Amino acid sequence: MANALGVFVALLALWQVALWVLRVPAYMLPSPAAVARAVFERFPLLWNALLITAEESAGGLAASIIVGVTIALIFAQFRWVRRTLYPYTLIVQTVPIIAIAPLILMWVGAGTVSVGVIAFIISLAPIIFNTTQGLISVDENLVHLFLMHNATPAQILFRLRLPHAIPSLFVGIRIASGLAVIGAITGELYAGSSSVGRGGLGYTILYASSQLQTDYLFALVLAAIVLGFAFFGAVAFLEWRFLHNWHESARPQDFEAES
Amino acid sequence: MVEMAGVTKQYAKGPVILDGIDLKIAKGDFVSIIGPSGCGKSTVLKLISGLAWPTGGEIRVDGMTPKNARETISYVFQDATLLPWRTVRQNVGLGLELEHVARPTREKTVSSLLQLVGLDHVANSYPRELSGGMKMRVSIARALASQPRLLLMDEPFAALDEMSRDRLNEEVLRLHEEQQWTAVFVTHSVAEAVFLSKRVIVLAPNPGRIHAQFCVPLPIPRTLSLREEPAYDEIVTQVSRSLRAALAA
Repeated sequence: MANALGVFVALLALWQVALWVLRVPAYMLPSPAAVARAVFERFPLLWNALLITAEESAGGLAASIIVGVTIALIFAQFRWVRRTLYPYTLIVQTVPIIAIAPLILMWVGAGTVSVGVIAFIISLAPIIFNTTQGLISVDENLVHLFLMHNATPAQILFRLRLPHAIPSLFVGIRIASGLAVIGAITGELYAGSSSVGRGGLGYTILYASSQLQTDYLFALVLAAIVLGFAFFGAVAFLEWRFLHNWHESARPQDFEAES
Repeated sequence: MVEMAGVTKQYAKGPVILDGIDLKIAKGDFVSIIGPSGCGKSTVLKLISGLAWPTGGEIRVDGMTPKNARETISYVFQDATLLPWRTVRQNVGLGLELEHVARPTREKTVSSLLQLVGLDHVANSYPRELSGGMKMRVSIARALASQPRLLLMDEPFAALDEMSRDRLNEEVLRLHEEQQWTAVFVTHSVAEAVFLSKRVIVLAPNPGRIHAQFCVPLPIPRTLSLREEPAYDEIVTQVSRSLRAALAA
């Protein structure tokens, strides 16, 4: 941890030195001090924008988890459904946001809901793919074990396949959470609110860059990074809560105990 | 308890796995099935348990079809097949849970079984914390929880070191003495087969068929010291010879 901090301080110093040496104009590359000042002065606006984007990303992510897991359960239980609809999941994954954002805007209307929908669409596919994989890759012997106890299909699905799929689901959530934040910010560039105060990070970034307020822009990028970290932290915490007792990945390290 | 008459098994136009198996296993009997790799030993267990169906012939377990007799059968797999997200206690209680046994009864049964196999000190541990031998004991405890009349075991100790294996052999015999279930035990090890069983069946491969049967008239109860007796060695030699002949057949 100390090493990471050291690298950060060194980068800041390098940044400041580069500015002095190369005499870059402030509108192209503001100094660390200018960015810090922007953060301080505009804090209420930054915080507000962050909260709006956070709400959209979280909403989109929650929806994609609920819908994605449901679809995965259906895919796992009914092979013929999986075979027919799997390709469409691929389509959901590859559809370019740039193309569909204006469509969503048109259908749903401007505002946080449409951005949430965009975040949902972009984060859905990893959940479906990863969860399905976890559900169908159960060891055959375990299924036989359940069959020997005359387990119903529901028991096999919810007491065997679903717990087995939790680690895979979390891999999907990690990917999806990053995509949800990016999706929300990108969506805001197209579909964010029309009044400046209500816009999230994406919309405000558009505003700041059009006004050449580069220090504000950097502050917004910083806020976006903070948001990404916050999501990552939340997912990591949830993963720990679900897996730390029993999963191989969460095993406390006995060997290799050096820093 | 188990009757197989003229049983054949062939996967759709593939090789014939088993051909004309005739086998009768009496209640309380301990029978081992031994044979070279690929001779269909595991398939016999799958057929008896109803996890696979014969292509020809008939199988009766306790007078019923294998599927109908499932409640009386427990299957111990080669791999401990524990659910990693459940504790030892929860794993042992799995069958009872699936059959909707009431919690107080379930907990009592699980506790007594854990004591029986000597695992009550790790009752609340997770499988990742256990050794191979301990995991196998959990698997056996789980199999016994539903009070089976027929216990099918598919090379359960193959992956263990010799000491654990010997210890578990003794434990299986002890449990058999106490609970008197019928056992069909598949193994690669002649020594293990002779030690555990009253009867050893040698299968020959391609297609799987019964090559020879041996009675093991050694006294019961058996302890590991039996392995040093000449009578034991004699039978092991005979069975090994038969096994080698089966390979060449």
